[in-house]
Amino acid sequence: MKIAVPIKFVPDLVEELTIDPNGTALDTSWLRLIINEFDDHAVEQAILLKERGGGEVTVVAAEAEGVDDFLYTAAAKGADHLIKLTGDFGSGMNSHAAARALADLLKDSKPDLILTGVQAHNDLDGAVGPLLAELLDMPYVGYVAGVSSTNDKAIARKEYPGGIIAEMEIKLPAVLGIQAAEQPPRYVAYNRIRQVMGTSKIEERTITALDLSGGVTASRMFQPESSQRATILEGSPEEVADQMVGILKELGML
Amino acid sequence: MSQDIFVVIEHLRGQVADISYVMLAAARALAQGTGGKVVAILLGHNAQELAGNFSANRVLYADHPALAEFTSEAYQVTLASLIREQSPRAVLFGHTTIGADIAGGLSVKLSLPLVSSCRTLNSNGKFVCQICGGKIMAEGDLPSPTALVTMAPGGYKLEEGQSDQAPAIETTAIPSLDDLRVTLKHYIEPEAGDVDIAKEPLLISVGRGIQTKDNIEIARELATALGGQVSASRPIVDQGWLPASCLVGKSGKHVRPKVYLALGISGAPEHVEGMNESDTIIAINTDPNAPIFNVAKYGTTADIFDLVPALTEKVKQAAGVS
Ligand SMILES: Cc1cc2nc3c(=O)[nH]c(=O)nc-3n(C[C@H](O)[C@H](O)[C@H](O)COP(=O)(O)OP(=O)(O)OC[C@H]3O[C@@H](n4cnc5c(N)ncnc54)[C@H](O)[C@@H]3O)c2cc1C
Ligand SMILES: Nc1ncnc2c1ncn2[C@@H]1O[C@H](COP(=O)(O)O)[C@@H](O)[C@H]1O
Repeated sequence: MKIAVPIKFVPDLVEELTIDPNGTALDTSWLRLIINEFDDHAVEQAILLKERGGGEVTVVAAEAEGVDDFLYTAAAKGADHLIKLTGDFGSGMNSHAAARALADLLKDSKPDLILTGVQAHNDLDGAVGPLLAELLDMPYVGYVAGVSSTNDKAIARKEYPGGIIAEMEIKLPAVLGIQAAEQPPRYVAYNRIRQVMGTSKIEERTITALDLSGGVTASRMFQPESSQRATILEGSPEEVADQMVGILKELGML
Repeated sequence: MSQDIFVVIEHLRGQVADISYVMLAAARALAQGTGGKVVAILLGHNAQELAGNFSANRVLYADHPALAEFTSEAYQVTLASLIREQSPRAVLFGHTTIGADIAGGLSVKLSLPLVSSCRTLNSNGKFVCQICGGKIMAEGDLPSPTALVTMAPGGYKLEEGQSDQAPAIETTAIPSLDDLRVTLKHYIEPEAGDVDIAKEPLLISVGRGIQTKDNIEIARELATALGGQVSASRPIVDQGWLPASCLVGKSGKHVRPKVYLALGISGAPEHVEGMNESDTIIAINTDPNAPIFNVAKYGTTADIFDLVPALTEKVKQAAGVS
């Protein structure tokens, strides 16, 4: 079984986000990027499938700061091939363009299963998974937490609100949007990653032209208006705790 | 080409999902500008009666055994032929486990642009989306002639999409639904937890800011002192630190306790959706820009590890005195 996992780096939301001077996009100059957390789960799910049923795992990423480390970490976990897409897709990239670039890359290697993260928090034109599936004429099922697979089909546990799961049977090849792996992403020690850096190779592929059609552009980006922002309790932790006790008393909780 | 707004109704196991009413309300706002009709698209099997309270000008109903429950491919094939035939001004899907599975595929299949994660649509054809975990809003013009849109909750009240006058229902033709590659095997019920967090009057909810599984003990001590229960955001459950029955949000439980105390939770839309109807939300988060402060009544940027132990002590004292 051949499994491909496209991964994406996204702005770290713990940092302060600012809008660029045009007011239409995030200011990327100071942006710290981290792996989309669902992609970590997608890699884990791919490795679990390989461990259970054999096969090959390919991880594909667009060039960004930190991507090499993530790819080598994936290799240390058991990924077989590492691919990095290079080219000029900094700010102009959208999901439609990313999906086309990935479809182009993956149409020849013909994976049986493509696991994407269910979504990333920063796209305006939908998640790549369903777009990629349609481009490759594969079925798509998203919000998946748990996958098992036989030769020509996969059983995916699809999540609905309130913890209801639907078991979907999907004919392969297929694309699944991973919400969570069956187990938390594994930890690998740094010296293991160091070792892998010596033996694994990151293959680079250049993307020449991006086709952005089907995406949308924002005419304005802004921080949510703070009409009903919380009353902020000030002071030392002790003082804040006192105020909270007062509030809890008032609310009849004490 | 028409100026109508299509709303792809979502339902699960015989129940219309709340997002359907949110979309009907958004469609009404948009239709006011386009001059078109609000058309509810209902796919199902023996499911006409679900449409009874839709606030729509009409309902297009597709009935087929393969549409009884949602599967991505059957829905996509059916909707593709409907949208192609009727070219509405916009088609609204939920930004949900149903809508987000199919809107993208249709965008490619029909070469139509897709706007994702919208909160509001207005009569002059503008969309407002919420991205970056609720930290950023993006506004733009709905692309023409037909835009596909996924809608997140929060912008409209359910009542705005409901009506006590049942809309007219027309049955529509269905393309061949043979050889489907996606089939539903069965549903699995959630595991029942020891406590039902949806019934608790006081929740101490922990997020990634709690840092380790062991640290959850700090929250538990406060919960015990106050007589509440511990709940959590998704990363805590995905790490296996607390069971799924504790999860609050889009994929977990919707809760509305008297007091919801959020410890180290950023307030991403998927979390907020499950708790914003709580009577009083109190947030502890070191990031002054965290979106949780947009829904909380009280907040503090104190560090959990400085504040919560002190708070627990004071609560114990106060409880002891009174
Ligand atoms: C399809 C889908 C469904 C989802 N469903 C859900 C769902 O049902 N429920 C849910 O919760 N999420 C859900 N999510 C995930 C959601 O998007 C967020 O990723 C998640 O809610 C973030 O959890 P968090 O706030 O705990 O973590 P983070 O966003 O990482 O926030 C941690 C916060 O802790 C603060 N912090 C750190 N250290 C401290 C400290 N010492 N003291 C005080 N504060 C501190 C930080 O400032 C930060 O704001 C879903 C996502 C998707 C894509
Ligand atoms: N530029 C990209 N390169 C590789 N994979 C991507 C890219 N953009 C999105 N993806 C994949 O699609 C998933 C959903 O992200 P998004 O489409 O941004 O919502 C990610 O978790 C990745 O698996």
